[in-house]
Amino acid sequence: MTQHNRAKSDVFVPSGQIQFGVFFQGVNSGTIWKAAESGSQTDFESFRRIAQTAERGLFAAFFLGEGLRLREHLGRPHALDVVGRPDAQTMLAALASVTTNIGLVATQNTTYNDPADLAHRLASLDLISGGRAAWNIVTTDNAWTGANFRRGGYLDHADRYKHAEAFVETAKRIWDSWETPDGPARRVVHQGQHYTVDVTPRLPRSAQYRPVLFQAGDSPEGRNFAARQADVIFSAHPKFDDAVEFRKDLVERSLAAGRGANAVQIMPASEFILAPTAAEAAEKKEWVRSLQIGPQQAIAYLEQFWGRELSSYDPDGPLPEIDPVVEETSETRGSGFHGAKARQLADQWRAEAKDKGLSIRQFVTSRTARVDSTFTGSYVEVADQLAEFARVGAVDGFNISPWLIPSGLDDIVNHLVPELQERGVYPTEYRGNTLWENLGLETPVRSSDAAAEAVRA
Amino acid sequence: MSSTRQGGFLALELDGAGWDGAHLTRAVLAAESAGFHAATFTDAPAPGRANALQRAAFAGPATRTIALVPEVDTVYTEPFHISTQLASLDYVSGGRAGWIVTAAESPEAAAAVGRPSVTGAALGQEAAASIEVSRRLWDSWEDDAVIRDVATGRYIDVDKLHYVDFDTAVDFETRADFAGAGYSVQGPSIIPRPLQGQLPVLAPACLLGEVPADAVDAVLVSAPAAELLAAEVRDVRSRVAAGVAVVAELDVVLDSRGQAAAGRVAGFGSGRANYAGSAAGLTDFLTELLEEADGVRLHPASLFVDLEELGRLVLPELRRRGVLRPLVQDGTFRDLLGLSRPVSRYATAASNAAAPAGAGK
Ligand SMILES: Cc1cc2nc3c(=O)[nH]c(=O)nc-3n(C[C@H](O)[C@H](O)[C@H](O)COP(=O)(O)O)c2cc1C
Repeated sequence: MTQHNRAKSDVFVPSGQIQFGVFFQGVNSGTIWKAAESGSQTDFESFRRIAQTAERGLFAAFFLGEGLRLREHLGRPHALDVVGRPDAQTMLAALASVTTNIGLVATQNTTYNDPADLAHRLASLDLISGGRAAWNIVTTDNAWTGANFRRGGYLDHADRYKHAEAFVETAKRIWDSWETPDGPARRVVHQGQHYTVDVTPRLPRSAQYRPVLFQAGDSPEGRNFAARQADVIFSAHPKFDDAVEFRKDLVERSLAAGRGANAVQIMPASEFILAPTAAEAAEKKEWVRSLQIGPQQAIAYLEQFWGRELSSYDPDGPLPEIDPVVEETSETRGSGFHGAKARQLADQWRAEAKDKGLSIRQFVTSRTARVDSTFTGSYVEVADQLAEFARVGAVDGFNISPWLIPSGLDDIVNHLVPELQERGVYPTEYRGNTLWENLGLETPVRSSDAAAEAVRA
Repeated sequence: MSSTRQGGFLALELDGAGWDGAHLTRAVLAAESAGFHAATFTDAPAPGRANALQRAAFAGPATRTIALVPEVDTVYTEPFHISTQLASLDYVSGGRAGWIVTAAESPEAAAAVGRPSVTGAALGQEAAASIEVSRRLWDSWEDDAVIRDVATGRYIDVDKLHYVDFDTAVDFETRADFAGAGYSVQGPSIIPRPLQGQLPVLAPACLLGEVPADAVDAVLVSAPAAELLAAEVRDVRSRVAAGVAVVAELDVVLDSRGQAAAGRVAGFGSGRANYAGSAAGLTDFLTELLEEADGVRLHPASLFVDLEELGRLVLPELRRRGVLRPLVQDGTFRDLLGLSRPVSRYATAASNAAAPAGAGK
């Protein structure tokens, strides 16, 4: 496996390749459920279909997100979007038995898990899948989610990355300390502010040594954490200039952390709306957006910020003239509202919508984040675009959120992938059986107390 | 219970199948084709053992008939995670999942998560609390909560989602001495109601008492020797309600490939009742035992060796004698246990009336 690994270097070198992951989001607002083709969001069959299609398209990885409490809207569970999803590792263990090469990435929170337990479960998934497991490390913490767990919301927001780092270091030490041909398993002891671990690992190393580590988080602390600990960063910067800027930033942070310039790969979240021609793709996009942001979604979007019911407003009319009831909100309810000054925001938005002559629905459509992460166009156009990303090394790949389940990857696999392969920027076969090999990652970073040991090739 | 009329069931403990995917598939397919009704997955912290629930999940898509029943600890694992993971197992197995409740006693399990060791009656309390939270979370979405109503733009009907408001301090009021750190869970679950509505919950008889008998669907019964099993089964049955299945635990080592059982495995001993001998002898023993017990869980001394004998000689003969319950392809684990699909405890009268009785999965 080492022959594919990239050597550590101080200079960033583009791989010239693009790889794909698929992000089966579960709870989210972008997956269309109103179309006739839309299937179950929880039945195994949907997951199997997406994962096997992705594997046919030589995707590197299959991702599952996580949210440990249902999102709320005006004090009740949010009713309009896709809600509910299976546990990531349980689903991935099942998918491991119906796939052979694709990586299996579980988003798992560092705040509401115990390190020894999570490390063991991830190692189990890694072994069962033959070295295809990965952990997408997220750090979300709040008392509201904590209400579902024994410790409650015990962590100060400012501490979440410090805590996450101790957590991940501990997990790495556990994976480093398995029994090897050279010696028995070693006891791992950690005593910290938030948890204490005293455990002797009980599973052998997997074919890829340990689970691959992804990180999703965007603040400077999040990026530094990724630069120190992760193998891949699941970013939110898919537009070309932004992506190039993000790469530069991450390379600097990786070097500052004492790692190579290529040590951390970048896979931004993205959405693809494709068709044989540009005109058809544009039309398809209109249709997709109209289903993603229907009249009720548009009103609900404003309600999050207004903090009050706005159902009497016409979605095709102007923004509400009444003011928000919350001046400031400090606590997220999982809906993306992070305590902006609501009244100020409302004034700003009203002015902007009036200026551009936008209705509530048009305004909300223009505002939603995914507008920035969408590639729209003909297969040929988009393939050319992505080839440019590959040429300069803006990203290592894209983590695609299909807007339709379970057929949402079909056109990508059937049409976009062959175009990319023709351009020589997409794999034509899996390089190996492990995720590590297929991503072409550098040799794993060892935890300090095990660094002296030779890495098993 | 009605199961006596239908015949008994056999479960096979697959612990010997380890952590390798190919090996696991081979084992569970062998158990399924041999005619076992259920496969169980041990989860004690021993070297080389992968997470039991994940092993069961891996087996899900590979099989069609056999129930998949992992052990999951209730003391040092988060109840919210357990509930979600088990509900997910039910989805990936098409409604064939169950749960063997365990309460870890080992100081190692406590040290691993940095908690003081839990012992004695407190083990049962932790188990009872964990079962109660899981059951409430499984009910927290009514069956028809996902409505996908295009006209109103609503994916779910929020009136059919419920906060479970679980709190050990309140629920175990009579036990001011609740020994675990008290905790609460809000809910609702993050996954829709499991396909079976409620997964069958199995618990070892030693937890009964702290775990109320009506909180479980089946009880696992051990005895120090095979001759004592039937009496122990009768004793436990007298302590549980009519609908609760009673399952005997039995270690087996069979004469195989010209080698006598005794010679094959020296010192195979777990503290459970043990049968060592010929396949014919075991067949007779199980025929008698299944007159008392609803099911037997077999722990083979050597998974593939004993499984070969069981599949070739024991199960076919038991089936011929009419001792075993028929196998149902794509049936649920509840079906196997003769349990109907329960209505959510939170279901409103209106939705109760609307839901077809015993609606399938
Ligand atoms: C692309 C992306 C995907 C994410 N997916 C999840 C997720 O599935 N579950 C979750 O709890 N948090 C998720 N997060 C949130 C992050 O874990 C983190 O809590 C959040 O970005 C705030 O951290 P930051 O301040 O470093 O950005 C995601 C973040 C990003 C950028």
